[in-house]
Amino acid sequence: MNKKRSKVVQYNRWGYIFMIPFIVVYLIFQFVPLVTTIYNSFFENYRSGLKQIGPNFIGLANFQAIFSNPDLWKYFGNTMIMWICGFVPQIFFSLLLGAWFTDPSLRLKAQRFWKTVIYLPNLIMASAFAMLFFTLFADSGPINSLLQNLGLVSSPVRFLSTTVTARGLVAFMNFIMWFGNTTILLMAGMMGIDPSLFEAAQVDGATATQVFWRITLPLLRPILVYTMITSLIGGLQMFDVPQILTNGTGDPARNTMTLIMYLNKHLYSRNYGLAGALSVFLFIVTGILSMIVFKITVRKEG
Amino acid sequence: MNTNAENVTTGGVRARRLIAYIVLVILSFLCLFWFVILFVNATRSHSDLTRGFTLIPSVYLPKNWSGLMHGTLPVVNGLFNSFVVSACSAVLCTYFSTMTAYAIHTYDFKLKNFFFTFILAIMMIPAQVTSLGFLQLIQNMKLEDNLLPLILPSIAAPVTFFYMKQYMDSTLSLSLVEAARIDGAGEFRIFNRVVLPLMKPAIAVQAIFTFVSSWNNYFIPALILHKDKIKTLPVLIAQLRSADFLKFDMGQVYMMIAFSIFPVIVVYLFLSRYIVAGVALGGVKE
Repeated sequence: MNKKRSKVVQYNRWGYIFMIPFIVVYLIFQFVPLVTTIYNSFFENYRSGLKQIGPNFIGLANFQAIFSNPDLWKYFGNTMIMWICGFVPQIFFSLLLGAWFTDPSLRLKAQRFWKTVIYLPNLIMASAFAMLFFTLFADSGPINSLLQNLGLVSSPVRFLSTTVTARGLVAFMNFIMWFGNTTILLMAGMMGIDPSLFEAAQVDGATATQVFWRITLPLLRPILVYTMITSLIGGLQMFDVPQILTNGTGDPARNTMTLIMYLNKHLYSRNYGLAGALSVFLFIVTGILSMIVFKITVRKEG
Repeated sequence: MNTNAENVTTGGVRARRLIAYIVLVILSFLCLFWFVILFVNATRSHSDLTRGFTLIPSVYLPKNWSGLMHGTLPVVNGLFNSFVVSACSAVLCTYFSTMTAYAIHTYDFKLKNFFFTFILAIMMIPAQVTSLGFLQLIQNMKLEDNLLPLILPSIAAPVTFFYMKQYMDSTLSLSLVEAARIDGAGEFRIFNRVVLPLMKPAIAVQAIFTFVSSWNNYFIPALILHKDKIKTLPVLIAQLRSADFLKFDMGQVYMMIAFSIFPVIVVYLFLSRYIVAGVALGGVKE
């Protein structure tokens, strides 16, 4: 008996051994950077011309500086507007397609083909996709030429120098890149709903619309919340598309500049104090959102 | 008796089905149209391109290709660097994530629950928020202009770990491990010879996802790769974007974009079944 236990303990030692690579790599490449990022946020540390200023401890002055600068709120607003404009159609079409694909009475054909097509943009390199849109929607690009050929516009639409269309393009690209993914996730959730509920509803004479609003949607709520918050976390990280589309300027008039583009700017100019404070701010915001996702995940686990 | 009612329903279903197909066609068009233009434009010459939009391919594909190959952007290096980073990341990430998941799945140790909860808690924290510290770390380690800092961190990948753990819960029974132990196999050997083969489907799915996300990664590589020869494709795309545009041959610009996008599309055409199924699986389990 005793011998057996010691053997089990001996085996269980392997649990730690197998954890070593993860722990070591995590500590070096994620934990240390996190700590030094926070540490940096309390120091004055930037380049002024060729001169290096700092690092000098200045307490919370960096935070004061970024929060009192209207730029932060402007970029926060830009990020949110572009995220929402992409997310609303994304969740709308994902729910619609998910409901259609899983509706047994519709019996849609070639489901695998449709899913393959709508998921494709999710795998495309965002920077190359943005570069493609930059060339396609240029003032003298193919889209303007097409619109003029069709007689829809008389002079080229200046997509990239108008706030609405520039933001619209970013939101549209986010929508196209993510709705396929969301559709597949929501479908998996819809197929997990007990079929007897649908049968019972049908027996009671419910229409497809009623079934969707009264059964599918309420039962899907946890997955919807999960989708929304993970998408929001992703939205706050929005970078590749607007960065490449506008060459990092956030034009027109910095109306497509996102928070991470702002961070990227500080990192490039080696303004580490402000970059640190901005990172800590983003860390706290995404941390709070992550806690919600964590709660949902753990609940589903249990 | 019921025929009337049934007719009404089939009529309604037919209308709804028609609407569904129309919406699907429109959305598919919005997904594919851009890549069709991309492909067509990559086959056209610069002067042809300035003349406007068409969907008819031209014959300049080989010329644009050789122009790109002999141009100022080191695209072949970029392709090679991207491939090295993505392939190594995919291998390391799946192997070590499976190992970590195995540790938590199989063994009973004091800190097991702590580790599991901790990994779940940090799962959603994005790399961007710690990029400042990461950049300084890489500078201190003198690893700028090196591919290692893009590869090694993938060993600790909470999302892949979580997927593996979920997959193990549904497929790997501990009695199998016990049986291998009775046969006298060591723990490390059991993991490599018994567990890894069983995890193949999950490893394949996660290897693809890790490969693709690493292939597409732009933010971190742009911060640490400065020399042309060591840059990955997304960084070269950004360089192309920031260059003086008027000097470029547009046929080559489209060729360059196609060059970065089409490898993934081709791989996807062959593996889409598994990829889409893999996404769905993650959805059920997450």
